[in-house]
Amino acid sequence: MSLLKAENIHKRYGKEEVLKGVSLELERGETMVVIGPSGTGKSTFLRCINQLTQPDKGRVWLDGVEVTHPKSSINKLRAQMGFVFQDFNLFSHLNTLRNVSIGLIKVKGMRKEDARKLAMKELERVGLDDKIDSYPAQLSGGQQQRVSIARALAMEPKLILFDEPTSALDPELIGEVLEVMINLAKDGMTMLVVTHEMGFARAVADEIVFMEHGVIVEQGSPQQMFSAPKHPRTGEFLNKITELYGETE
Amino acid sequence: MLLRATLINIELLLALLLLGLLLGTVVALLQVYGGRFAGTLAAGYAWVFRSIPALVLLFLFYFGPSQFGANIPPFVAATLALGIRSSAYQSQIFRGAIQAIPQGQMMAARSMGMSRLQAIITIIMPQAIRLSLAGWSNEFSSVVKDTTLAYVVGLNEVLRHARIIMDRHYELAMLAYLAVAVIFLVLTYSGNRSLSWLERRLRIPGLQMKGGTQNT
Repeated sequence: MSLLKAENIHKRYGKEEVLKGVSLELERGETMVVIGPSGTGKSTFLRCINQLTQPDKGRVWLDGVEVTHPKSSINKLRAQMGFVFQDFNLFSHLNTLRNVSIGLIKVKGMRKEDARKLAMKELERVGLDDKIDSYPAQLSGGQQQRVSIARALAMEPKLILFDEPTSALDPELIGEVLEVMINLAKDGMTMLVVTHEMGFARAVADEIVFMEHGVIVEQGSPQQMFSAPKHPRTGEFLNKITELYGETE
Repeated sequence: MLLRATLINIELLLALLLLGLLLGTVVALLQVYGGRFAGTLAAGYAWVFRSIPALVLLFLFYFGPSQFGANIPPFVAATLALGIRSSAYQSQIFRGAIQAIPQGQMMAARSMGMSRLQAIITIIMPQAIRLSLAGWSNEFSSVVKDTTLAYVVGLNEVLRHARIIMDRHYELAMLAYLAVAVIFLVLTYSGNRSLSWLERRLRIPGLQMKGGTQNT
């Protein structure tokens, strides 16, 4: 059984149909990268998975439990799905340590001392255990994004959804975030990543999904997608994006 | 005598601020998160009680019920009238502050599994309070002075005592009212000082506060 299954997700904003029936399955321990031009519904799709956005139609299962079921307790399910935002969204009134531990205390009901220990461990993992007293506004973008990854990790989620995690970063800060993500993938974290970082996709993706105009155009292994795409649009897009962004890693 | 009467003003001030704070918070939250129906109701409440003159409210709350045989003590009537009026103003200070907080804060809180109420309490309100302090300080200086209005419903507060002094010794009129003026200068000054101390204390390191003051 796959860890994450999305089936026929539809979403419309006014007249525009952003998602026209997107389905995919993600196995435990797998890293899937979603690529595609801006405005093709990639972020909306991620948000439909953890119901930050309500899909108009379609169903989502996490580890066999239907997330979209009206009676499912969405807060419990969200706690099992980490979400990393493009613009970090760290809680600006809390220092680094509290940003990571607050979910443990408030959502998981963990004791403060235990939450603190676990938060420290995750901050060490992203290399920021020396910044525990800093506030988000005192950190660089790359540091903030690493804290937000630690915040997601601390909840011990079954998978993490990444919504363009490096798009808001200065070029010289992208590397440190990608490095953390590459290590996560190697450690066997299940990840669904929307990104334009082709270097990352090539290096760690088990599968690449190319989305355009609200549908999945093609999906396959990095090797197949980069060297022998079946669909002409896939090849065009990959060429263009590699030209634009290069292959940072 | 004037100083002792000032205590009544201070008591009234604290009571009305507290009432205004509680009601104002509820109204603000309803206006932002309450959906269409409750939101409209809350906006209506804020509009109504900001539109009626304070004196009219005082008379309504004091003389209104007594017409039906319910005698409300002046202090209670004044607390209700001025507190409800202040809650309408405070609600708009809080509403502005809540709406100034980036939406991503709520989204991040929800995405980690917090309920909406949990997110409001642990993530939104602590930030909104900080953003509100400058505006709240302004509301404070305004209602400090409003406590003298309770004079009209017979509350034994400081202005009424100044009036009594004047009635007994007309030659002291100027002095008595000057003394009242000085008392309010001191009250407003010390209140605002404490609030700006609080504002500095709660300031988040490194953060540019959009709604707050930054000039210290």
